[in-house]
Amino acid sequence: MSREVFAMTNDGLRPSEEYRRHQRSRSIAIALVLAGLVALFYFVTIVKLGPGIIDRPL
Amino acid sequence: MAYIERRQIETGHHGEPVRAGAVGDYFALLKPRVMSLVVFTAFVGMVVAPVGIHPVIGLTALLCISVGAGAAGALNMWYDADIDRIMQRTRMRPVPAGRIAAGEALAFGAILSVGSVAILGLLVNWVAGALLAFTIFFYVVVYTMWLKRLTPQNIVIGGAAGSLPPVIGWASATGTVSFESLILFLIIFLWTPPHFWALSLYKAGDYAKAGVPMLPVVAGLAATRRQILIYALVLAVASVLPALIGMATPIYGIAAALLGAIFVALAWRVYRMDEADKFMRPARQLFAYSLLYLLLLFLVLLVDRGTQ
Repeated sequence: MSREVFAMTNDGLRPSEEYRRHQRSRSIAIALVLAGLVALFYFVTIVKLGPGIIDRPL
Repeated sequence: MAYIERRQIETGHHGEPVRAGAVGDYFALLKPRVMSLVVFTAFVGMVVAPVGIHPVIGLTALLCISVGAGAAGALNMWYDADIDRIMQRTRMRPVPAGRIAAGEALAFGAILSVGSVAILGLLVNWVAGALLAFTIFFYVVVYTMWLKRLTPQNIVIGGAAGSLPPVIGWASATGTVSFESLILFLIIFLWTPPHFWALSLYKAGDYAKAGVPMLPVVAGLAATRRQILIYALVLAVASVLPALIGMATPIYGIAAALLGAIFVALAWRVYRMDEADKFMRPARQLFAYSLLYLLLLFLVLLVDRGTQ
């Protein structure tokens, strides 16, 4: 079922607590994925270039 | 609150309702159960390849293949939300259930598709990357958008997409597509129709309601049962091919023949199924066994390779 997205507060219509919670967990998930990608590229670079990683011509 | 501001909160910037999708809903968009089978078959394709692959590169390839398959699943759920909403089996999926907006599913699937193909191409090799791109294209455009609602042969032709993961796994290790990897493709390709038709036999009402021309809906139950038996027989023969061409040992061949014989026996029971059997137990048994069959067949191939 569709979830509650907005709640009426004293300040008017605002995103609900559930929406904020999901938004926060989505942000954390995206941060973890990005960190994972950084680690992935780091390790693959080491594997592909090996000891020659610092001997490459600029 | 001003009308425009309120409307922006309620509809986002694209006029579509904002949804409170949780991380789990996005994960469900990736069809994790399908993804697990894809990862496993790709892994087997990679391991049985004659060229070794560095574990980090291999893991990268598997990650990209699984994400690419998941992305195709998300795009499928985006496009099929209208019929998923009608079918009992699929109506609780995130988009039809209203937990994720269709546009978000589209963006999620598109970003993951491009990302997984690009990373596979850049970090592993471009043959594997191109094959993954073709797999996603075939599943989303050829199967989902074109064939699924057009012909009862939808899952026969569309099954090619699900058959490619071991070929991508093989290509990740070798950089090429060879005859042996196409044998693995053929096994899954022949496995797909009896697997899905067994399901569609006892879900025919669901498919008919949604207007999806699955074989039982269009050609009837008897024709479907006959087709299942034919495909089961051909599959049982094809599954032994790796042993016949020297890709696997005779032990694999014996195991494949036994597993295939059980498949054919269950397909025979489906063929002989009583018309009055509304529960269709033989079809349910075949569907359940077909999943186990593919898992065991590839597992035997994997173990066989490990012992060579």
